[in-house]
Amino acid sequence: MRATALMAVNVFRESVRDKVLYNLVLFAVLLIAATYLIGQLTAGQDIKIIKDLGLAATSVFGVFIAVFIGIGLVSKEVERRSIYALLAKPIERHQIVLGKYLGLVGTLAVNLAVMAAALYVVLAYMRWLSSEGTIKALEAPALDPAMLKAIALIFVELSIVTAIALFFSTFSTPILSATLTFGLFVAGHFSADLRNFDQVVDSPAAARLARALYWVLPNLASFDVKAQVVHGQHVSAGYMALTMAYGAAYIAALLIAAMVIFSRRDFK
Amino acid sequence: MTGLGRIAVAVVMIGLLTGAAIELQRLRDRSFPVRPVEDDSLYLTSPSSLRRMALAYRAVAADLYWIRALQYFGGTRRMVEAGQTITDPNRRRYAALFPLLDLTTSLDPRFNLAYRFGAIFLAEPAPRGPARPDLAIALLMKGLAERPDRWEYMQDIGFVHYWWRQDYKAAAEWFRRASEVPGAPWWLKSLAATTLAQGGDRLSSRMMWEAIRQSAEIDWLRHDAERHLGQLRALDEIDALQAIVNRVASQSAQPVLDWRPVMRAAGWRTIPADPAGIPYEIDERGRVQVSRSSPLWPMPAEPPRIDVAPPPS
Repeated sequence: MRATALMAVNVFRESVRDKVLYNLVLFAVLLIAATYLIGQLTAGQDIKIIKDLGLAATSVFGVFIAVFIGIGLVSKEVERRSIYALLAKPIERHQIVLGKYLGLVGTLAVNLAVMAAALYVVLAYMRWLSSEGTIKALEAPALDPAMLKAIALIFVELSIVTAIALFFSTFSTPILSATLTFGLFVAGHFSADLRNFDQVVDSPAAARLARALYWVLPNLASFDVKAQVVHGQHVSAGYMALTMAYGAAYIAALLIAAMVIFSRRDFK
Repeated sequence: MTGLGRIAVAVVMIGLLTGAAIELQRLRDRSFPVRPVEDDSLYLTSPSSLRRMALAYRAVAADLYWIRALQYFGGTRRMVEAGQTITDPNRRRYAALFPLLDLTTSLDPRFNLAYRFGAIFLAEPAPRGPARPDLAIALLMKGLAERPDRWEYMQDIGFVHYWWRQDYKAAAEWFRRASEVPGAPWWLKSLAATTLAQGGDRLSSRMMWEAIRQSAEIDWLRHDAERHLGQLRALDEIDALQAIVNRVASQSAQPVLDWRPVMRAAGWRTIPADPAGIPYEIDERGRVQVSRSSPLWPMPAEPPRIDVAPPPS
């Protein structure tokens, strides 16, 4: 346990050293620039648009960190040959995988927390600037705590993407891992199409294959409640719990697969 | 050279090279002019394809299309108001406005203001708008299919029928439907009754715009209602001024083509101004009208009164 925690802290430190947290500056600049520009372009929809933009940017930045750092978690150690030094230490291989995963997820959590705080600060400023009429017309309050539900599900989605990247990283090259992870990320948002494939093709075999893919591939579309939250629609606790539990199960399956592959890998 | 000196040289070189690149680009653009981007090109026209391509970022894509729709409408309108000649017939007809709004509302089907503002833009008469009340109604019907509980969309459909189609029976029917939605304001019922009984007269129009002004959630809608109330006031003032102009014309046995004889006869020092503060004009046929430079222009056509069929005896 201690070894896993040390590994996780090390990954977090490495991410900070790699200037991963610089994306927070970019996020802040994006929000401030958008706040300035959007007020003049959107006919009273600035708060809605800042929410949309802030939540989307949180997700996009997170996906890039999850993929580009995730694919290097194991493969970089192998490339640099520092894996030998690591394996010589009193640490199990599965602890390395788990520690690296937790370290990157921790980095993502810090990122998301800072981005969420920045988004609320910008929204508070915009609320202060808005007229009473504009505030009354909003479908959801400017500082709606329900946005945290969307952010929580983004975090779980990013944790899945990180697990996918780490899984590929245990046996593949970084470029191939990035391609496969992005591919799964995109496919994960087409789950509704896969599910309803039988309505557009006549072939029962193809429909069965699509249905199988629907169950096997990560259903990332279900983690997207950004629009509902921005429009003030209720996202139930039951939905949140089921979706998070699904995410946890999927992550666990991927991590076990990654641990098994990494444990059996021959580095000679 | 010291470290600081090297940095200074690098900064100067970067500045010079960037400046050179900009200048070269300017030279190339002058020698080989770049074709202007077609403003009304949509790049993607299929809402369902766009929905798929946007992945989890549909709301942001909808926002971008919404901003584009606003810029397209506002930009074209500004060109019209500035008296610029619009050579592109599609642009003149605001041809891309509905597709942009359709894409916006397909990407974010709950984008309330895109339906409501979009309908106002689409119904606006030419040349300040595309004059397409049919598309305005189609957009609001799309919104209603998504959210059948929005009485505001029904009210807006009624308003399009009332103001731009002068179909008071349809307008009254939509106001009645809106009034039956839970949470709808009480005055919709009386608006439906007044529209059916007196549709088209200024009193009922004034009542409708006043109700919209009072219930407007957004400043923009309130300003639009105030503009229409200003137009109604201008119609009353034009009637009064026209009577004076006609009297002066009949007294002098000459057509009145400008304000000077009227001002002399009436003892006015200034030309009367419309509610927006822009002086009224007299056209070549002696008719009083608002100036084209007034924000109230173009004035709505005076709708004919509704013919209420007598009950069968």
